[in-house]
Amino acid sequence: MPQNDAVSLGDAVSDPARRSRRFIWSAETQVALDELAAGSSLGCRVEVLRGRSVLILTRDQLTAALALIQIDGVARRLILCPPDLAIEHLPLVMATAQVDAVVSDYARADIGAMDGTHFITCSARITPTAAVRDERAASEWILFTSGTSGPPKMVLHTLGSLAGAIHTGGRLAGANIWSTFYDIRRYGGLQIFLRALMGGGSLALSSAAESTADFLIRAGSHAVTHMTGTPSHWRRALMSGAAPRILPQYVRLSGEIADQAILDSLRAEYPLATIAHAFASTEAGVGFEVEDGLAGIPANYLGHSNHGVELKVEDGSLRIRSPRTARRYLGNESAPLLDAEGFVDTGDILELHDGRYHFSGRRGGIINVGGLKVHPEEVEAVINRHPRVQMSLVRSRKNPVTGAIVVAEIVLKPELAAAEPAGENAALKTEILENCHRALAAHKVPAAIRIVPSLEVTPSGKVARPNA
Amino acid sequence: MSVSVRSTILSQFEQVAREQNRKLAPLSDDLVLMDSGLDSLCFAIVVARLEDALGFDPFGATEDARFPVTLGDFIAFYEDAAK
Repeated sequence: MPQNDAVSLGDAVSDPARRSRRFIWSAETQVALDELAAGSSLGCRVEVLRGRSVLILTRDQLTAALALIQIDGVARRLILCPPDLAIEHLPLVMATAQVDAVVSDYARADIGAMDGTHFITCSARITPTAAVRDERAASEWILFTSGTSGPPKMVLHTLGSLAGAIHTGGRLAGANIWSTFYDIRRYGGLQIFLRALMGGGSLALSSAAESTADFLIRAGSHAVTHMTGTPSHWRRALMSGAAPRILPQYVRLSGEIADQAILDSLRAEYPLATIAHAFASTEAGVGFEVEDGLAGIPANYLGHSNHGVELKVEDGSLRIRSPRTARRYLGNESAPLLDAEGFVDTGDILELHDGRYHFSGRRGGIINVGGLKVHPEEVEAVINRHPRVQMSLVRSRKNPVTGAIVVAEIVLKPELAAAEPAGENAALKTEILENCHRALAAHKVPAAIRIVPSLEVTPSGKVARPNA
Repeated sequence: MSVSVRSTILSQFEQVAREQNRKLAPLSDDLVLMDSGLDSLCFAIVVARLEDALGFDPFGATEDARFPVTLGDFIAFYEDAAK
Protein backbone atom coordinates (compact mmCIF):
# COMPACT_ATOMS: atom_id res chain seq x y z
CA MET A 1 0.00 0.00 0.00
CA PRO A 2 2.17 2.87 -1.21
CA GLN A 3 -0.13 5.52 0.26
CA ASN A 4 1.13 4.51 3.70
CA ASP A 5 4.49 6.01 2.83
CA ALA A 6 2.86 9.38 3.45
CA VAL A 7 4.72 11.35 6.13
CA SER A 8 1.54 12.93 7.39
CA LEU A 9 -2.22 12.81 7.09
CA GLY A 10 -2.20 16.11 5.22
CA ASP A 11 -0.16 14.49 2.44
CA ALA A 12 -2.73 11.72 2.13
CA VAL A 13 -5.57 14.23 1.81
CA SER A 14 -3.92 16.66 -0.59
CA ASP A 15 -2.48 14.02 -2.92
CA PRO A 16 -3.73 15.30 -6.29
CA ALA A 17 -3.93 11.77 -7.62
CA ARG A 18 -6.71 11.05 -5.14
CA ARG A 19 -8.56 14.32 -5.23
CA SER A 20 -11.86 13.03 -6.48
CA ARG A 21 -14.73 14.16 -4.28
CA ARG A 22 -14.06 12.69 -0.86
CA PHE A 23 -15.92 13.55 2.31
CA ILE A 24 -16.08 13.17 6.03
CA TRP A 25 -19.72 13.12 7.08
CA SER A 26 -21.03 13.74 10.58
CA ALA A 27 -24.65 13.62 11.74
CA GLU A 28 -24.89 17.39 11.28
CA THR A 29 -22.68 18.31 8.35
CA GLN A 30 -20.04 17.23 5.87
CA VAL A 31 -16.60 18.39 4.87
CA ALA A 32 -15.09 17.86 1.42
CA LEU A 33 -11.44 16.90 1.75
CA ASP A 34 -10.34 18.99 -1.24
CA GLU A 35 -11.77 22.07 0.47
CA LEU A 36 -9.88 21.19 3.61
CA ALA A 37 -6.68 20.85 1.59
CA ALA A 38 -7.17 24.49 0.48
CA GLY A 39 -8.43 25.86 3.77
CA SER A 40 -8.36 25.67 7.55
CA SER A 41 -10.69 24.83 10.40
CA LEU A 42 -8.28 26.21 12.99
CA GLY A 43 -8.39 29.57 14.74
CA CYS A 44 -4.75 30.23 13.87
CA ARG A 45 -2.20 29.54 11.16
CA VAL A 46 -1.07 25.96 11.53
CA GLU A 47 2.54 27.24 11.68
CA VAL A 48 1.84 28.44 15.22
CA LEU A 49 1.70 24.78 16.25
CA ARG A 50 4.99 23.78 14.62
CA GLY A 51 7.13 21.70 16.94
CA ARG A 52 4.63 21.89 19.77
CA SER A 53 3.02 19.19 21.87
CA VAL A 54 -0.64 19.68 20.98
CA LEU A 55 -3.60 18.38 22.99
CA ILE A 56 -6.69 17.82 20.85
CA LEU A 57 -9.68 18.03 23.13
CA THR A 58 -13.03 18.23 21.38
CA ARG A 59 -16.74 17.85 21.94
CA ASP A 60 -17.18 16.68 18.37
CA GLN A 61 -15.56 13.88 16.37
CA LEU A 62 -15.53 15.88 13.14
CA THR A 63 -13.68 18.87 14.58
CA ALA A 64 -11.06 16.47 15.98
CA ALA A 65 -10.77 14.72 12.61
CA LEU A 66 -10.17 17.98 10.76
CA ALA A 67 -7.66 19.20 13.35
CA LEU A 68 -5.70 15.93 13.11
CA ILE A 69 -5.45 16.18 9.34
CA GLN A 70 -4.06 19.70 9.53
CA ILE A 71 -1.75 19.36 12.52
CA ASP A 72 -0.22 15.93 11.90
CA GLY A 73 3.30 16.39 10.59
CA VAL A 74 3.48 19.95 11.92
CA ALA A 75 3.24 19.40 15.66
CA ARG A 76 5.97 17.46 17.44
CA ARG A 77 3.31 15.51 19.27
CA LEU A 78 -0.47 15.04 19.02
CA ILE A 79 -2.40 14.00 22.11
CA LEU A 80 -5.85 12.80 21.14
CA CYS A 81 -8.33 12.97 24.02
CA PRO A 82 -11.09 10.34 24.11
CA PRO A 83 -14.66 11.63 24.48
CA ASP A 84 -14.96 10.47 28.09
CA LEU A 85 -11.72 11.94 29.45
CA ALA A 86 -12.52 13.34 32.89
CA ILE A 87 -11.64 17.00 33.04
CA GLU A 88 -10.02 16.56 36.48
CA HIS A 89 -7.34 14.43 34.83
CA LEU A 90 -6.34 17.18 32.39
CA PRO A 91 -3.56 18.70 34.52
CA LEU A 92 -1.90 15.27 34.87
CA VAL A 93 -2.31 14.56 31.16
CA MET A 94 -0.88 17.93 30.19
CA ALA A 95 2.11 17.56 32.48
CA THR A 96 2.84 13.95 31.45
CA ALA A 97 2.62 14.74 27.73
CA GLN A 98 4.37 18.13 28.09
CA VAL A 99 1.47 19.87 26.38
CA ASP A 100 2.15 23.43 25.27
CA ALA A 101 -0.86 24.00 23.02
CA VAL A 102 -4.51 22.99 23.20
CA VAL A 103 -6.73 22.73 20.13
CA SER A 104 -10.38 22.57 21.10
CA ASP A 105 -13.95 23.27 20.09
CA TYR A 106 -14.79 23.96 23.74
CA ALA A 107 -14.78 27.47 25.13
CA ARG A 108 -11.51 28.16 26.90
CA ALA A 109 -13.36 28.78 30.15
CA ASP A 110 -14.85 25.25 30.07
CA ILE A 111 -11.43 23.66 30.18
CA GLY A 112 -9.97 25.49 33.15
CA ALA A 113 -6.52 26.80 33.88
CA MET A 114 -3.81 26.10 31.33
CA ASP A 115 -0.89 28.28 32.31
CA GLY A 116 1.61 28.88 29.57
CA THR A 117 -0.22 26.96 26.87
CA HIS A 118 -1.57 28.29 23.61
CA PHE A 119 -5.31 27.83 23.22
CA ILE A 120 -6.46 27.43 19.62
CA THR A 121 -10.07 27.01 18.56
CA CYS A 122 -11.16 24.50 15.96
CA SER A 123 -14.50 23.97 14.26
CA ALA A 124 -16.17 22.07 11.45
CA ARG A 125 -16.16 25.16 9.22
CA ILE A 126 -13.44 25.48 6.57
CA THR A 127 -12.11 28.93 5.77
CA PRO A 128 -10.09 29.15 2.54
CA THR A 129 -6.43 30.00 3.14
CA ALA A 130 -3.57 30.86 0.84
CA ALA A 131 -1.90 27.64 -0.22
CA VAL A 132 1.19 26.97 1.86
CA ARG A 133 3.57 24.20 0.94
CA ASP A 134 4.71 23.67 4.47
CA GLU A 135 7.30 21.26 5.75
CA ARG A 136 6.04 18.09 7.38
CA ALA A 137 7.91 15.72 9.67
CA ALA A 138 6.48 12.69 11.45
CA SER A 139 4.57 13.61 14.63
CA GLU A 140 4.28 11.44 17.71
CA TRP A 141 0.71 10.30 18.35
CA ILE A 142 -0.35 9.90 21.96
CA LEU A 143 -3.44 7.79 22.60
CA PHE A 144 -5.24 6.87 25.80
CA THR A 145 -5.57 3.21 26.71
CA SER A 146 -9.02 1.92 27.54
CA GLY A 147 -10.29 0.22 30.59
CA THR A 148 -8.07 1.53 33.34
CA SER A 149 -9.69 2.79 36.47
CA GLY A 150 -8.05 5.84 37.97
CA PRO A 151 -5.71 8.20 36.13
CA PRO A 152 -5.58 7.75 32.36
CA LYS A 153 -2.69 5.88 30.80
CA MET A 154 -1.15 7.06 27.56
CA VAL A 155 0.87 5.25 24.91
CA LEU A 156 3.08 6.56 22.14
CA HIS A 157 2.38 5.65 18.53
CA THR A 158 3.45 7.03 15.16
CA LEU A 159 1.40 7.40 12.01
CA GLY A 160 3.31 4.36 10.75
CA SER A 161 2.39 2.17 13.71
CA LEU A 162 -1.23 3.34 13.57
CA ALA A 163 -1.76 3.05 9.84
CA GLY A 164 0.69 0.37 8.74
CA ALA A 165 -0.96 -2.20 6.53
CA ILE A 166 -2.02 -5.56 7.76
CA HIS A 167 -2.19 -8.13 5.03
CA THR A 168 -5.75 -8.38 3.76
CA GLY A 169 -5.21 -9.21 0.14
CA GLY A 170 -5.77 -5.61 -0.91
CA ARG A 171 -9.45 -5.67 -0.06
CA LEU A 172 -9.17 -2.69 2.25
CA ALA A 173 -7.22 -0.45 -0.09
CA GLY A 174 -8.92 1.84 -2.54
CA ALA A 175 -11.62 4.46 -2.57
CA ASN A 176 -13.98 2.74 -0.15
CA ILE A 177 -16.68 4.42 1.84
CA TRP A 178 -15.98 3.64 5.45
CA SER A 179 -18.00 3.96 8.58
CA THR A 180 -17.56 2.83 12.13
CA PHE A 181 -19.66 2.63 15.25
CA TYR A 182 -16.50 3.56 17.16
CA ASP A 183 -15.57 7.07 18.09
CA ILE A 184 -12.50 8.00 16.04
CA ARG A 185 -10.85 9.44 19.14
CA ARG A 186 -10.33 5.89 20.38
CA TYR A 187 -7.97 3.35 18.83
CA GLY A 188 -10.65 1.25 17.13
CA GLY A 189 -12.19 4.25 15.40
CA LEU A 190 -8.91 6.01 14.70
CA GLN A 191 -7.84 2.93 12.71
CA ILE A 192 -10.79 3.40 10.41
CA PHE A 193 -10.34 7.16 10.13
CA LEU A 194 -6.73 6.63 9.02
CA ARG A 195 -7.62 3.73 6.76
CA ALA A 196 -10.28 5.80 5.02
CA LEU A 197 -8.06 8.85 4.55
CA MET A 198 -4.85 7.10 3.58
CA GLY A 199 -6.59 4.61 1.35
CA GLY A 200 -8.25 7.36 -0.67
CA GLY A 201 -11.76 6.84 0.67
CA SER A 202 -14.47 8.74 2.54
CA LEU A 203 -15.78 8.28 6.08
CA ALA A 204 -19.17 8.56 7.79
CA LEU A 205 -18.69 9.32 11.49
CA SER A 206 -20.97 7.98 14.20
CA SER A 207 -22.65 10.29 16.68
CA ALA A 208 -23.35 9.70 20.35
CA ALA A 209 -26.60 11.65 19.98
CA GLU A 210 -27.98 9.42 17.26
CA SER A 211 -29.90 6.15 17.61
CA THR A 212 -28.44 3.01 16.06
CA ALA A 213 -31.25 2.96 13.50
CA ASP A 214 -30.72 6.61 12.50
CA PHE A 215 -26.99 6.06 12.17
CA LEU A 216 -27.49 3.03 9.92
CA ILE A 217 -29.97 4.92 7.76
CA ARG A 218 -27.49 7.77 7.40
CA ALA A 219 -24.62 5.37 6.66
CA GLY A 220 -26.84 3.73 4.05
CA SER A 221 -27.54 7.12 2.45
CA HIS A 222 -23.77 7.55 1.94
CA ALA A 223 -23.59 4.06 0.39
CA VAL A 224 -21.10 2.86 3.00
CA THR A 225 -19.08 -0.12 1.76
CA HIS A 226 -16.91 -0.94 4.81
CA MET A 227 -18.17 -0.83 8.36
CA THR A 228 -16.64 -1.76 11.71
CA GLY A 229 -17.71 -2.03 15.33
CA THR A 230 -17.72 -4.28 18.36
CA PRO A 231 -19.90 -7.41 18.50
CA SER A 232 -22.14 -5.39 20.82
CA HIS A 233 -22.45 -2.61 18.26
CA TRP A 234 -23.40 -5.15 15.61
CA ARG A 235 -25.93 -6.92 17.87
CA ARG A 236 -27.55 -3.56 18.46
CA ALA A 237 -27.56 -2.94 14.70
CA LEU A 238 -29.26 -6.27 14.05
CA MET A 239 -31.89 -5.50 16.68
CA SER A 240 -32.49 -1.96 15.42
CA GLY A 241 -34.57 -3.02 12.44
CA ALA A 242 -32.34 -0.79 10.26
CA ALA A 243 -29.59 -3.33 9.52
CA PRO A 244 -30.91 -3.81 5.94
CA ARG A 245 -30.36 -0.08 5.29
CA ILE A 246 -26.67 -0.66 4.66
CA LEU A 247 -25.22 -2.99 2.03
CA PRO A 248 -21.64 -3.39 3.14
CA GLN A 249 -19.00 -5.34 1.23
CA TYR A 250 -16.96 -5.65 4.38
CA VAL A 251 -18.04 -5.97 8.00
CA ARG A 252 -15.49 -6.12 10.80
CA LEU A 253 -15.90 -6.92 14.48
CA SER A 254 -13.26 -6.13 17.09
CA GLY A 255 -12.87 -5.03 20.69
CA GLU A 256 -14.76 -7.95 22.19
CA ILE A 257 -14.99 -11.68 21.65
CA ALA A 258 -16.79 -12.43 18.39
CA ASP A 259 -18.83 -15.56 19.04
CA GLN A 260 -20.21 -17.86 16.37
CA ALA A 261 -23.78 -16.60 16.87
CA ILE A 262 -22.97 -13.00 15.95
CA LEU A 263 -20.80 -14.09 13.02
CA ASP A 264 -23.64 -16.28 11.72
CA SER A 265 -26.21 -13.52 12.24
CA LEU A 266 -24.11 -11.05 10.25
CA ARG A 267 -23.51 -13.63 7.54
CA ALA A 268 -27.29 -14.12 7.28
CA GLU A 269 -27.94 -10.37 7.21
CA TYR A 270 -25.15 -9.51 4.75
CA PRO A 271 -24.68 -12.60 2.59
CA LEU A 272 -22.45 -10.78 0.08
CA ALA A 273 -20.10 -9.19 2.60
CA THR A 274 -16.79 -10.38 3.96
CA ILE A 275 -17.39 -10.84 7.69
CA ALA A 276 -14.09 -10.45 9.54
CA HIS A 277 -13.19 -10.41 13.19
CA ALA A 278 -10.00 -8.78 14.34
CA PHE A 279 -7.91 -8.33 17.41
CA ALA A 280 -6.62 -4.86 18.14
CA SER A 281 -5.80 -2.86 21.23
CA THR A 282 -4.35 0.58 21.81
CA GLU A 283 -1.18 -0.94 23.22
CA ALA A 284 -0.70 -3.98 20.97
CA GLY A 285 -2.00 -2.49 17.72
CA VAL A 286 -3.77 -4.61 15.15
CA GLY A 287 -2.83 -8.23 15.77
CA PHE A 288 -4.73 -10.27 13.24
CA GLU A 289 -7.88 -10.55 11.25
CA VAL A 290 -9.87 -13.74 10.71
CA GLU A 291 -12.08 -13.96 7.61
CA ASP A 292 -13.22 -17.58 7.48
CA GLY A 293 -16.50 -16.89 9.26
CA LEU A 294 -15.60 -18.99 12.28
CA ALA A 295 -15.10 -17.84 15.86
CA GLY A 296 -11.61 -18.10 17.32
CA ILE A 297 -8.19 -17.89 15.72
CA PRO A 298 -6.77 -20.67 13.54
CA ALA A 299 -3.90 -22.23 15.50
CA ASN A 300 -1.51 -21.68 12.57
CA TYR A 301 -1.75 -17.89 13.08
CA LEU A 302 0.53 -18.33 16.09
CA GLY A 303 4.21 -19.01 16.46
CA HIS A 304 5.61 -17.41 13.31
CA SER A 305 5.78 -14.03 11.66
CA ASN A 306 2.85 -13.19 9.43
CA HIS A 307 3.60 -10.01 7.46
CA GLY A 308 5.66 -8.67 10.35
CA VAL A 309 3.18 -9.57 13.10
CA GLU A 310 4.07 -12.37 15.52
CA LEU A 311 1.58 -13.88 17.93
CA LYS A 312 2.29 -16.29 20.75
CA VAL A 313 0.64 -17.54 23.93
CA GLU A 314 2.65 -17.34 27.11
CA ASP A 315 1.30 -17.96 30.61
CA GLY A 316 -2.07 -18.35 28.96
CA SER A 317 -2.29 -14.90 27.42
CA LEU A 318 -1.87 -13.57 23.89
CA ARG A 319 1.41 -11.75 23.18
CA ILE A 320 2.00 -9.65 20.08
CA ARG A 321 5.20 -8.37 18.52
CA SER A 322 4.74 -6.14 15.48
CA PRO A 323 5.59 -2.79 13.93
CA ARG A 324 2.07 -1.75 14.88
CA THR A 325 2.40 -1.95 18.66
CA ALA A 326 2.73 1.26 20.61
CA ARG A 327 6.34 2.18 21.38
CA ARG A 328 6.00 2.79 25.12
CA TYR A 329 3.82 4.18 27.85
CA LEU A 330 4.12 7.87 28.52
CA GLY A 331 5.18 8.92 32.00
CA ASN A 332 7.98 7.67 34.22
CA GLU A 333 6.11 5.48 36.67
CA SER A 334 4.69 3.11 34.09
CA ALA A 335 6.00 -0.41 33.67
CA PRO A 336 7.56 -1.17 30.28
CA LEU A 337 4.99 -1.85 27.57
CA LEU A 338 7.23 -4.30 25.69
CA ASP A 339 9.01 -7.27 27.22
CA ALA A 340 12.70 -7.93 26.59
CA GLU A 341 11.88 -9.57 23.25
CA GLY A 342 9.57 -6.76 22.14
CA PHE A 343 6.24 -8.52 22.78
CA VAL A 344 3.20 -6.79 24.29
CA ASP A 345 1.18 -8.89 26.75
CA THR A 346 -2.46 -8.24 25.81
CA GLY A 347 -3.78 -9.79 29.05
CA ASP A 348 -6.35 -11.70 26.98
CA ILE A 349 -6.48 -15.39 27.86
CA LEU A 350 -6.52 -17.86 24.97
CA GLU A 351 -7.50 -21.53 25.10
CA LEU A 352 -6.83 -24.02 22.32
CA HIS A 353 -9.53 -26.43 21.29
CA ASP A 354 -10.25 -28.13 17.97
CA GLY A 355 -7.41 -26.42 16.18
CA ARG A 356 -8.44 -22.87 17.07
CA TYR A 357 -7.60 -20.51 19.87
CA HIS A 358 -10.57 -18.97 21.66
CA PHE A 359 -10.59 -16.02 24.03
CA SER A 360 -11.85 -17.05 27.43
CA GLY A 361 -11.54 -13.78 29.32
CA ARG A 362 -9.06 -11.29 30.69
CA ARG A 363 -6.20 -11.89 33.08
CA GLY A 364 -7.31 -10.70 36.50
CA GLY A 365 -10.88 -11.51 35.58
CA ILE A 366 -11.69 -8.10 34.11
CA ILE A 367 -15.15 -8.32 32.58
CA ASN A 368 -15.99 -6.61 29.30
CA VAL A 369 -19.67 -5.55 29.25
CA GLY A 370 -20.40 -4.23 25.78
CA GLY A 371 -16.96 -2.61 25.60
CA LEU A 372 -16.98 -1.24 29.16
CA LYS A 373 -14.60 -2.90 31.54
CA VAL A 374 -15.48 -4.04 35.04
CA HIS A 375 -13.04 -5.00 37.76
CA PRO A 376 -14.78 -7.74 39.79
CA GLU A 377 -13.08 -6.63 43.00
CA GLU A 378 -14.76 -3.24 42.83
CA VAL A 379 -18.21 -4.82 42.66
CA GLU A 380 -17.41 -7.40 45.33
CA ALA A 381 -16.36 -4.61 47.69
CA VAL A 382 -19.81 -3.04 47.39
CA ILE A 383 -21.62 -6.35 47.83
CA ASN A 384 -19.50 -7.25 50.85
CA ARG A 385 -20.60 -4.08 52.63
CA HIS A 386 -23.97 -5.71 53.27
CA PRO A 387 -23.95 -6.95 56.88
CA ARG A 388 -25.27 -10.38 55.99
CA VAL A 389 -22.71 -11.13 53.26
CA GLN A 390 -19.67 -13.14 54.26
CA MET A 391 -17.99 -13.26 50.88
CA SER A 392 -18.80 -12.85 47.22
CA LEU A 393 -17.46 -13.70 43.80
CA VAL A 394 -18.24 -11.46 40.86
CA ARG A 395 -17.67 -13.05 37.50
CA SER A 396 -18.51 -12.83 33.85
CA ARG A 397 -21.40 -14.62 32.22
CA LYS A 398 -21.70 -14.92 28.47
CA ASN A 399 -24.43 -12.72 27.07
CA PRO A 400 -25.80 -12.50 23.53
CA VAL A 401 -26.39 -8.73 23.74
CA THR A 402 -23.34 -7.27 25.46
CA GLY A 403 -20.95 -10.21 25.03
CA ALA A 404 -20.66 -10.58 28.77
CA ILE A 405 -22.54 -9.46 31.82
CA VAL A 406 -21.71 -9.25 35.51
CA VAL A 407 -23.16 -11.88 37.86
CA ALA A 408 -22.44 -12.48 41.54
CA GLU A 409 -22.33 -15.47 43.83
CA ILE A 410 -22.74 -14.77 47.50
CA VAL A 411 -22.03 -16.71 50.65
CA LEU A 412 -24.09 -15.54 53.63
CA LYS A 413 -22.81 -15.37 57.18
CA PRO A 414 -23.51 -18.82 58.65
CA GLU A 415 -25.48 -17.82 61.75
CA LEU A 416 -27.88 -15.87 59.55
CA ALA A 417 -28.09 -18.20 56.58
CA ALA A 418 -29.33 -21.20 58.55
CA ALA A 419 -32.42 -19.57 60.00
CA GLU A 420 -33.54 -17.96 56.77
CA PRO A 421 -36.73 -18.97 55.01
CA ALA A 422 -36.08 -19.15 51.28
CA GLY A 423 -38.52 -16.37 50.39
CA GLU A 424 -36.56 -13.85 52.42
CA ASN A 425 -33.65 -14.21 50.05
CA ALA A 426 -35.48 -12.22 47.39
CA ALA A 427 -35.62 -9.22 49.71
CA LEU A 428 -31.95 -9.64 50.57
CA LYS A 429 -30.96 -9.75 46.88
CA THR A 430 -32.99 -6.61 46.27
CA GLU A 431 -31.17 -4.81 49.09
CA ILE A 432 -27.78 -5.84 47.72
CA LEU A 433 -28.74 -4.74 44.22
CA GLU A 434 -29.92 -1.39 45.55
CA ASN A 435 -26.55 -0.91 47.26
CA CYS A 436 -24.85 -1.69 43.96
CA HIS A 437 -27.05 0.70 41.99
CA ARG A 438 -26.21 3.49 44.43
CA ALA A 439 -22.45 2.91 44.37
CA LEU A 440 -21.69 1.68 40.84
CA ALA A 441 -22.21 2.51 37.18
CA ALA A 442 -25.12 0.55 35.69
CA HIS A 443 -22.93 -1.88 33.69
CA LYS A 444 -21.12 -2.91 36.89
CA VAL A 445 -24.27 -3.92 38.77
CA PRO A 446 -24.78 -7.71 38.74
CA ALA A 447 -27.60 -8.83 36.48
CA ALA A 448 -28.17 -11.84 38.71
CA ILE A 449 -27.21 -12.79 42.24
CA ARG A 450 -27.04 -16.38 43.39
CA ILE A 451 -26.71 -17.40 47.03
CA VAL A 452 -24.33 -20.35 47.29
CA PRO A 453 -23.25 -22.47 50.28
CA SER A 454 -19.53 -21.82 49.73
CA LEU A 455 -16.93 -20.41 47.34
CA GLU A 456 -13.62 -21.98 46.44
CA VAL A 457 -10.69 -20.31 48.14
CA THR A 458 -7.08 -20.55 46.88
CA PRO A 459 -4.20 -21.64 49.16
CA SER A 460 -3.26 -17.97 49.49
CA GLY A 461 -6.68 -17.27 50.98
CA LYS A 462 -8.23 -15.46 48.03
CA VAL A 463 -11.48 -16.33 46.33
CA ALA A 464 -10.56 -18.53 43.37
CA ARG A 465 -11.22 -16.67 40.12
CA PRO A 466 -11.73 -18.28 36.77
CA ASN A 467 -8.78 -17.25 34.50
CA ALA A 468 -7.06 -15.38 37.30
CA MET B 1 -46.42 -23.07 28.36
CA SER B 2 -46.46 -20.23 25.82
CA VAL B 3 -48.63 -18.01 28.01
CA SER B 4 -46.20 -18.32 30.86
CA VAL B 5 -43.17 -17.61 28.63
CA ARG B 6 -44.90 -14.47 27.39
CA SER B 7 -45.85 -13.26 30.84
CA THR B 8 -42.38 -14.05 32.21
CA ILE B 9 -40.83 -11.96 29.43
CA LEU B 10 -43.22 -9.05 29.89
CA SER B 11 -42.68 -8.96 33.64
CA GLN B 12 -38.89 -9.00 33.14
CA PHE B 13 -39.15 -6.04 30.75
CA GLU B 14 -41.12 -4.16 33.37
CA GLN B 15 -38.87 -5.09 36.26
CA VAL B 16 -35.63 -4.23 34.46
CA ALA B 17 -37.08 -0.92 33.26
CA ARG B 18 -37.98 -0.12 36.87
CA GLU B 19 -34.55 -1.07 38.20
CA GLN B 20 -32.74 0.93 35.52
CA ASN B 21 -35.09 3.93 35.78
CA ARG B 22 -36.21 3.62 32.18
CA LYS B 23 -39.52 4.71 30.79
CA LEU B 24 -40.95 1.67 29.06
CA ALA B 25 -43.02 2.17 25.91
CA PRO B 26 -46.44 0.44 25.88
CA LEU B 27 -45.64 -3.23 25.25
CA SER B 28 -47.15 -4.59 22.07
CA ASP B 29 -45.98 -7.29 19.68
CA ASP B 30 -45.05 -4.81 16.95
CA LEU B 31 -42.95 -2.64 19.27
CA VAL B 32 -39.38 -2.38 17.88
CA LEU B 33 -37.15 -3.45 20.76
CA MET B 34 -34.72 -0.58 20.27
CA ASP B 35 -37.66 1.83 20.64
CA SER B 36 -38.92 0.21 23.84
CA GLY B 37 -37.03 2.56 26.13
CA LEU B 38 -34.57 -0.15 27.14
CA ASP B 39 -30.91 0.10 26.14
CA SER B 40 -28.48 -2.74 25.33
CA LEU B 41 -27.54 -3.21 28.95
CA CYS B 42 -31.22 -3.60 29.88
CA PHE B 43 -31.66 -6.25 27.18
CA ALA B 44 -28.55 -8.03 28.38
CA ILE B 45 -30.03 -8.15 31.89
CA VAL B 46 -33.44 -9.29 30.59
CA VAL B 47 -31.81 -12.15 28.66
CA ALA B 48 -29.69 -13.19 31.66
CA ARG B 49 -32.71 -13.14 33.99
CA LEU B 50 -34.83 -15.07 31.49
CA GLU B 51 -32.14 -17.72 31.29
CA ASP B 52 -32.41 -18.11 35.07
CA ALA B 53 -36.22 -18.02 35.07
CA LEU B 54 -36.87 -20.26 32.05
CA GLY B 55 -33.76 -22.42 32.17
CA PHE B 56 -32.63 -21.73 28.61
CA ASP B 57 -31.07 -19.08 26.38
CA PRO B 58 -32.43 -19.30 22.84
CA PHE B 59 -29.65 -16.98 21.58
CA GLY B 60 -27.06 -19.59 22.46
CA ALA B 61 -29.01 -22.49 21.04
CA THR B 62 -30.63 -21.17 17.91
CA GLU B 63 -29.84 -22.27 14.39
CA ASP B 64 -31.90 -19.41 13.00
CA ALA B 65 -29.28 -16.70 13.14
CA ARG B 66 -31.68 -13.74 12.97
CA PHE B 67 -31.80 -11.34 15.88
CA PRO B 68 -35.30 -10.39 17.04
CA VAL B 69 -36.32 -6.86 16.03
CA THR B 70 -39.80 -6.50 17.57
CA LEU B 71 -41.15 -7.59 20.94
CA GLY B 72 -43.32 -10.12 19.06
CA ASP B 73 -40.16 -11.59 17.44
CA PHE B 74 -38.50 -11.71 20.83
CA ILE B 75 -41.37 -13.57 22.47
CA ALA B 76 -41.73 -15.97 19.53
CA PHE B 77 -37.98 -16.62 19.72
CA TYR B 78 -38.36 -17.80 23.32
CA GLU B 79 -41.62 -19.63 22.70
CA ASP B 80 -40.08 -21.58 19.79
CA ALA B 81 -37.09 -22.50 21.91
CA ALA B 82 -39.40 -23.68 24.71
CA LYS B 83 -41.21 -26.12 22.43
